[in-house]
Amino acid sequence: MSECSCTSSQSPEFDATALEAILSSGSTVEGALVPILQASQDAYGYLPRPALEMIARSLRLPLAEVYGVATFYAQFHLEPRGKHIVRICHGTACHVRGATEITDVIVGELGVEVGSTSEDLSFTVESVACVGCCGLAPVVLIDGETHGGLSTQAARRIVSKLQREQTQ
Amino acid sequence: MKTISLTVDGRAISAPEGQTVLEACIAADIHVPRLCFDSRLEPYGGCRLCVVEIEGMRGYPTSCTVLAADGMVVTTQSPDLHSMRTTVVELLLSDHNISCLSCDSSGRCDLQDLAYEFGIETPRYAGETHKVDLEDDNPLIARDLTKCIACGRCVRICEEVQGASVYGYHGRGFNVLPNTPFGGSLTESGCEFCGQCVSTCPVGALTDRRAHFRARAWETQKVESICGYCGVGCTVSYEVKDGRIVRASAPLGRGVNGGNLCAKGRFGWSFTHHPDRLTTPLIRKNGVLVEASWDEAISLVAEKLGAIVAQSGPQSVGGLSSAKCTNEENYLFQKFLRGAIGTHNIDHCARLCHSSTVSGLAASFGSGAMTNSISDLAQAQVALVIGSNTTEAHPIIGNELTKAARRGLKIFVIDPREIRLVRQASGWLQLKPGTNVALINAMMRVILDEGLANREFIEARTEGFEALETMLLALDLDDAAETCGVPLDAIRTAAIAYASAERATILYSMGVTQHSSGTEQVRAVANLAMLTGQIGHPGTGVNPLRGQNNVQGACDLACLPNCLPGYQPLTNRGTLDRFCDYWESDVELPETSGLTVVEMMDAAVSGELKALYIMGENPVLSDPDQTHVLEALESLEFLVVQDIFLTETTAYADVVLPAATFLEKNGTFTNTERRIQLVNKVVDAPGQALPDGEIIVALSSAMGLAMDYDSPSEIMDEMSAVTPQYGGISYRRLREIGGIQWPCPDDDHLGTPILHTKTFTRGRGEFAPVTYRPAPDSPTEQRPFVLTTGRHLWNFHTNTMTGASGGLRELNPSGYVELNPRDAKELGVCDGDMVRITSSHGSLDVPVHVCTSQHSPRAGVAFMPFHFADAPANRLTGGELDPICKIPDLKVTALSITRIEA
Repeated sequence: MSECSCTSSQSPEFDATALEAILSSGSTVEGALVPILQASQDAYGYLPRPALEMIARSLRLPLAEVYGVATFYAQFHLEPRGKHIVRICHGTACHVRGATEITDVIVGELGVEVGSTSEDLSFTVESVACVGCCGLAPVVLIDGETHGGLSTQAARRIVSKLQREQTQ
Repeated sequence: MKTISLTVDGRAISAPEGQTVLEACIAADIHVPRLCFDSRLEPYGGCRLCVVEIEGMRGYPTSCTVLAADGMVVTTQSPDLHSMRTTVVELLLSDHNISCLSCDSSGRCDLQDLAYEFGIETPRYAGETHKVDLEDDNPLIARDLTKCIACGRCVRICEEVQGASVYGYHGRGFNVLPNTPFGGSLTESGCEFCGQCVSTCPVGALTDRRAHFRARAWETQKVESICGYCGVGCTVSYEVKDGRIVRASAPLGRGVNGGNLCAKGRFGWSFTHHPDRLTTPLIRKNGVLVEASWDEAISLVAEKLGAIVAQSGPQSVGGLSSAKCTNEENYLFQKFLRGAIGTHNIDHCARLCHSSTVSGLAASFGSGAMTNSISDLAQAQVALVIGSNTTEAHPIIGNELTKAARRGLKIFVIDPREIRLVRQASGWLQLKPGTNVALINAMMRVILDEGLANREFIEARTEGFEALETMLLALDLDDAAETCGVPLDAIRTAAIAYASAERATILYSMGVTQHSSGTEQVRAVANLAMLTGQIGHPGTGVNPLRGQNNVQGACDLACLPNCLPGYQPLTNRGTLDRFCDYWESDVELPETSGLTVVEMMDAAVSGELKALYIMGENPVLSDPDQTHVLEALESLEFLVVQDIFLTETTAYADVVLPAATFLEKNGTFTNTERRIQLVNKVVDAPGQALPDGEIIVALSSAMGLAMDYDSPSEIMDEMSAVTPQYGGISYRRLREIGGIQWPCPDDDHLGTPILHTKTFTRGRGEFAPVTYRPAPDSPTEQRPFVLTTGRHLWNFHTNTMTGASGGLRELNPSGYVELNPRDAKELGVCDGDMVRITSSHGSLDVPVHVCTSQHSPRAGVAFMPFHFADAPANRLTGGELDPICKIPDLKVTALSITRIEA
């Protein structure tokens, strides 16, 4: 049941300072879990395992429950995220107007599979359901900015530009 | 409780208030399909199969979440309901790995039954299916989530009943499946391997790996008996095929466990089929144990014991009985030693666990047993858990505490270690080992100061309060807090909560008893209960949790040197003669007590004790000061050991007699709450091994005290005739009404769930002011650590049974010393590093376990389980005995720890 405390619980790569501040300022009342997860994700960009373990200990909640909440909400991420987030809409309208082809282009251009992040942590590519602007279909959101009515060429242009900006 | 009436499918039924519609239907034998319901769990309403129509209610409510109400009119079968239920089952089947041909759950699978009930030959829907790759590396629980129907029963039982919360619902939508955090293996996710999830899984997603491909559900016969591990006394149903046990489970709603089991109870039975079991008697010839016939072995033992009695007198013989054996066998054991040999030199392991309870509570209350029942814990508002690692040593009582805590029970854990129960607790008083008296006295002083003493109770029911009050008023609270190392505020909070609760209970175990001041510590606990009047009604009491399955019974039937069956004093010639007459024995029994375990070892070394007959004990590992025990066993002229395996103790035996396990005999056990329960033979003993009782009968008859019984039931009849508390116990009644709690004086009596309700057994409860005395072997500069010994969930006692049960054995196979991270850092050791630990009694090299908790054990405390021959904790213990009950100090031993360079 025990494990070496030299390694696991205080992971050397994990800097707990920000989380400690969140946990001490945030209240530990019932229902505090989601706001604490949000603040932690803001601080770390995602929810690293040691953070979830520390939150569970601090709130006296089972890790299984904390993990359950973190995996339930789409807003939480358990893996590091890219600097740029590319969201490709796969709502019905976008699907009909070529979201699949656009996805192929973006994946090919950035070298990142859907649902994952490039190794250099530059890009995260995600597939999302309807983003609510079907009139502009097909639609891609890059860092929250909407790009509509895309052809495959336009999509290639946009991500190439993004790549250039990133390497400069 | 109010009874309500409702109509279900045109039939009038009644139900107690508070029952759900589904529960009322089940009780009335009305079939309602369901998948996510388990009577052990809180209402859930997830699977939508138990939907019904209720007049006046809109839609189709789930019957498992609607409380039955007076006048309710319920329909459980209608075309609409049938159609909805069929669709649910079809949807579940569309994503189910249908492999009923070889699925281990086939024949006991609820989904299979429902598919049959609704006549679904091929699922109507097809679509995405779950593909799950699991870390599934443990030896006991097999997980196959392709068969999971996401009913959540495993998640809920792990959280609601077990309190372990290993599983959670992870992901969302179609992807939701019960899993461990980060998909880790059960082993690394803190699984306790109770198998409760296996027991509740309605399909084949969670199964007992050890039973795979061993028997189809319909091929086994079920035999119900009582578990032979701890003192809880759980009802277990063993499934047998071809004379071998295949799996164990607990029947729902029956026994003290009501369907729950721990790792040992569910998975710890295969030792009984182990190839190393003793199958013939063994006699030492030329230094080697060789096989012999029963005739040869019994004649030799009778002849040798007879010669030693003739030469050195009956007091040169002693016997150690076994709390593992049945009541009948323990009764016969002491009858043999008293009636055939003529000595009171009889003792057993209770000396080392709860002898201070027997002496302390007998002095305070008049009866040294658990005052209340396990089931009435649910009614307590506050529980003090002192020196009891309940979830590991008495797991099913741990479950009761966990469940009660969810309903508002405030638990205060008093323990140097952050035991698992701390997670469920409102407070944790991390005292220094051996300072219970200081802590309890401080609590009593707070209670006095706050005006929370129950003066009415003290006046009406007790005596000696003035002396206690005087002692308490002289107490300095800050000093006491300093002594026990617990902040005064925490002491105050716990004291006020306990005293001001309407119903508060105390559970304690060996953290209180295993001290050279054990009797005083028990009396302090009794003082606390009497001061507040928290005794004599449900949800209160002083509840020592007894360790072995039948340690209560072995004590009741006088495998003790200082009393006769039923705790009758042996200082009275008349009583002694009455027993001898009853037994048709012509020996002259002394009017003075015999030797206790530890005294027998001393007497063996000094040469006064020449022969020892040990039934089912392993003192080389279980008794303090191993070096001294070995010297004692070597000094004996003749040692007989009766056991199921060769053990560390049989190595010193002249004769070894092969015995049957608790799974191979009939009889009764008495559990920790004084409940006498029937034990039924599940399988045959291997080879020539015999039930312990039959061996004693043969030996006694060979030595001239005839014992003639056709069955254990006849032995019970004799026991109940001479043991007042067991007066109304017979096999007929136990079969008819189930377990009975003593005292049960006559055939019309239904037993006594709560002691001391109107008066104490001794009349008035007696306060005894006790003051804190430091443990004799407290830490010094040379030995700065305190060694405290204890138990592990997956091991039992000297590991004879658990270590021979495949699956369980692998979980925690060897010894270690547990340190907290800060002490480990200071010593410069990491998890797994070897250290040398040394006390004044001996030294051991042992690997370190560094606790994951920063706070456990308390700084300066080293914890060791005592189960393991490779790291025998009792090589380090020993020292002073309690002057009254002779229990040794096993919880406080000064220790030095040094790192061994690799």
